[in-house]
Amino acid sequence: MNMTQLVLLLGFLLSLIGFWGLMTRRDIFRMIISFSLLDTGVHMVMIGIGYVKNGTAPIFDEALIVEDAVGKVVDPVPSALVLTAIVIGLAVTALMLSYAVRVYTSRKSLSIDAVKELKW
Amino acid sequence: MIKRFIIVLALAAIAVGMYPLAWGIEDAENLSQIATEYVTDGADDLGAANLVTSVVVTYRGLDTLGEVTVLFAATAGVTMLLAARKPKKPGTIAKGKKDSGEDHSRRTGSELLKTGAALLFPIIWMFGIYIFVHGHLTPGGGFQGGVVITSATLLLFFADSDRKMGHTILQIAEAFSGAAYVAVGLLGLWFAAGFLDPRFLPAGEFGQVFSAGAIPVIYSLIGIKVGAELTGIVDTMRRSAS
Repeated sequence: MNMTQLVLLLGFLLSLIGFWGLMTRRDIFRMIISFSLLDTGVHMVMIGIGYVKNGTAPIFDEALIVEDAVGKVVDPVPSALVLTAIVIGLAVTALMLSYAVRVYTSRKSLSIDAVKELKW
Repeated sequence: MIKRFIIVLALAAIAVGMYPLAWGIEDAENLSQIATEYVTDGADDLGAANLVTSVVVTYRGLDTLGEVTVLFAATAGVTMLLAARKPKKPGTIAKGKKDSGEDHSRRTGSELLKTGAALLFPIIWMFGIYIFVHGHLTPGGGFQGGVVITSATLLLFFADSDRKMGHTILQIAEAFSGAAYVAVGLLGLWFAAGFLDPRFLPAGEFGQVFSAGAIPVIYSLIGIKVGAELTGIVDTMRRSAS
């Protein structure tokens, strides 16, 4: 097992824990934490998939010139996606936390069961 | 019982689905075709030393515009949820015994924190601006720079949670950067190959700050936008608690 597989495995494990938490927990804060775990796990998986053997960051300078860069750099696309996804994840977590605050102020409970409108 | 069974079943299905992905993947020896294209032609094409920035700002520029929109929506949601109206429910005072019994007012920051925050605020602020202005040369960019700027404001709020903050400048910065981002994209549509194409400005010398066409402009606008949005979130959360 090499490092990439380890990262992928840990990423999948994190996202599984996140899924499990989302499905079993009733406390909104724990669900938010589960979501963050899922988020981080998916980021790890994406970065792991984009890795190229012995690759370095795709930023050109004296040590990495354009002509022989292929084969030396990792895939820039997953890095770009994860870069934005981290910041968006932060904002979405803030949105979920404010929802939790709102639910608590109106129902005096942090259980998702208190939000009856979500049931069908 | 049946619910637990379904949950275990769903988790098992996800795990089985992921298993070949986790174990089947070897370290790729070669880049995918599109990534190879980016690596070989990206630098000559756009003149940005940081390929990740090229992908974020130009090749997947529309995605980034979408992400910024999601960020805006999340900020609007936070503001709507927290700042819409002050909770003043006369009936709940009797119920909330715990609230009235304990002192929930926040401690002011210590002298050390206050002095440190005042000293560090401009430095962190400047570092954030540095990060997004040099996004096309070094690791970093608008998103990271914006978050760094937000952290400076957060530090100020830690030191003094009742600090007044001007909202006008925040709103102006947010609205201006968002509109200018789209405007620069449209300039690309008129003067270069397509929407968000940065090549309507001269490419400049590879590896310099003023290079890579409009990429630093776009990334700086994204940085201002992200910084303003996240500062807005932090400020809204702080005000709703006091």
